[in-house]
Amino acid sequence: MKLRIAVLSIVAALLALPAAAADKVKIGFVTTLTTGAAVIGKDMQDAVNLAVEDIGGKMGGLDVEVIFGDDGFKPETGKQVTDKLVKSDDVDFVAGYIWSHVLLASQKSVLGAGKFLISSNAGPSQLAGKLCNKNFFSTSWQNDQTPMAMGEVLNQRGIKKLYVMSPNYAAGKNMVAGVERTFKGEIVGKDMTKWGKDAQLDFSAELAKAGASGADAIFVFYPGKAGGAFVKQYEQAGLTGKLPLYTVFTIDSIALPKLQKAKMKAVLGSLNTQFWGPDLDTPQNHQFVSGFKKKYGRYPSFYAAQSYDSVFLIKSAVEAVGGNLADMDGMRAAMEKADFPSVRGAFRYGKNHFPIQNFYLRQVVEDGDGNWTTSVVSTVLKDHQDSYVGECKI
Amino acid sequence: MDSTLLVIQILNGLQLGVLLFLLAAGLTLVFGIMDFINLAHGSFYMVGAFFCATLTLWLDSFLLALLLTLPLTFVVGMVVELLVVRHLYQEDHLQQILATFGLILVADTLVHIIWGPEGLTFALPEILNGQVTVLPGILFPVYRILIISVGLLIAVGLYIVVTQTRVGMLIRAGASNRRMVEALGVDIRYLFTLVFGAGAVMAGLAGLMIAPITEASIGMGNEILIVAFVVIVIGGVGSIKGAFLGALLVGLIDTLGRSFLDDMLKLVLSNQAAETSAPAISAMLIYILMAAILYFRPQGLFPPKGR
Repeated sequence: MKLRIAVLSIVAALLALPAAAADKVKIGFVTTLTTGAAVIGKDMQDAVNLAVEDIGGKMGGLDVEVIFGDDGFKPETGKQVTDKLVKSDDVDFVAGYIWSHVLLASQKSVLGAGKFLISSNAGPSQLAGKLCNKNFFSTSWQNDQTPMAMGEVLNQRGIKKLYVMSPNYAAGKNMVAGVERTFKGEIVGKDMTKWGKDAQLDFSAELAKAGASGADAIFVFYPGKAGGAFVKQYEQAGLTGKLPLYTVFTIDSIALPKLQKAKMKAVLGSLNTQFWGPDLDTPQNHQFVSGFKKKYGRYPSFYAAQSYDSVFLIKSAVEAVGGNLADMDGMRAAMEKADFPSVRGAFRYGKNHFPIQNFYLRQVVEDGDGNWTTSVVSTVLKDHQDSYVGECKI
Repeated sequence: MDSTLLVIQILNGLQLGVLLFLLAAGLTLVFGIMDFINLAHGSFYMVGAFFCATLTLWLDSFLLALLLTLPLTFVVGMVVELLVVRHLYQEDHLQQILATFGLILVADTLVHIIWGPEGLTFALPEILNGQVTVLPGILFPVYRILIISVGLLIAVGLYIVVTQTRVGMLIRAGASNRRMVEALGVDIRYLFTLVFGAGAVMAGLAGLMIAPITEASIGMGNEILIVAFVVIVIGGVGSIKGAFLGALLVGLIDTLGRSFLDDMLKLVLSNQAAETSAPAISAMLIYILMAAILYFRPQGLFPPKGR
């Protein structure tokens, strides 16, 4: 009897232990896997799975385990799933996050627990400035930077009057602030539309206003499915040619196949800015884009590119400390060097751990196989750092 | 204020209004006659959009796809009624809400499994993709004119059916006093199935008409259903006329609010304050209207007679 109790208590004690630590790297990856925005989340998930496959499922001799969490496109759900990853799954790194408002709601759960947080997309100004943290890293960009590059493009092209449209949430406000910071002409109209799970997708009223505003061009930010909807209505409203379209994060490899299916030719030739493009000429990008196309039969999006980079950034940290995951300082120092093969080529980290990197002008073209994609035209900003790093006190 | 822009925005408001009417008509009939709260009504909207998108891509004809989608959604609606909804009429509203919420999850997940998360989109025929001159100097997309016309035709048709035919008479009688209709020997269950199917067809029609503008996507019906509920509360639960006028009112207020509120606020506020508060206030306008109506006229603007 006594023996049985002893055995039982040992078993119980073993069960209570967090799944045997330090023989594998656990990465929590939070993205949107339900609602219409799941198409973005799936692209990121596919890229992470491809990256883990490409590194043979190992980092510094340890097995890699990725646990995906679904934020349901809602800040409160995102926070809950982050809490679960940190507290119950006890992951070593939390990565992912498409949406700035979800990341802002979730960041404290990770950083407060003293773990590494890697944003694979969202780049809210707060985390680049006042809320910057030694354990936070970005493999994407600060939200304002891409529209800042677009503002420069608009100046170069002699646009004097601009109409601006964006969804009304954290990143949307950053995008507008970014283009306003560099665009030298006049902004003749601005619409911030409803966003989230019940986002506004019919832009008839706004497009009618834009058409009547006397603007030379329209700048929009509509990520995910809203992008395709916007471009269709832009063409249906007869604005093609009258009001040239300039976008950020709107026309990407997620929207393009659908637009092609719908024969929305208005989008061909339209311009956008981005830190990366599927045809960017770096060795890692060749491996990534060809591997992704081979495995999934489609072009990767920038969301996928950043997610792929996230895995390689984590790998560089784990290898630098020889798999000793308790060595947080060593892993942080390794990541600060940005010493990993990135799809965008070599870059540096600023002290707020946002990349200092190039931004390119891209045009929508038809590739050799007849698929619509984007192609890099020129470099707009070289080694560009975000505007909030001065507010960061690390 | 530019009068050209005003005309265009009124047309945009009408277009949103008739779409809302197509959804609200089914909702208000089901709620009014059967005393049944159907949260899953928006799923028919989504199903209509996905059926039509799939068929258009297969058959390469929007018109054919449209003609096939309507009977298909009718069948889907009746099957859902026979299998699930029929067993819930005797339950209280809370049970109905729980069950139909479950139906939403089932529908969204089925769509996710069948079509994937990315949604579907398709091209309009060339003839519908352009603009047309509605008044001298005012261009408006042809397709949106078509939506307005179809919506108005359905409204007229529904009005005739409800006021002039025997089925319509039974529907009105059922809305006023279900027991009495049953006592007179009418098979009310048969009528319910028919009405439920008709509601599903109208929702499906709304969904398939919006799909070429936005796209067919998971959960698209849940977003608009909330507004459809606002419409039937404003118009009066169970009243087709109320659903029609309520839908147009909500469509116009929402569209005109989004268009002109920031300019109006700029007269009394600073530019920046107007720019930040206008989107928030215009998103709230219809709910403010609903709250006001619930306070001053809780039965709605045009409640059905004989209650």
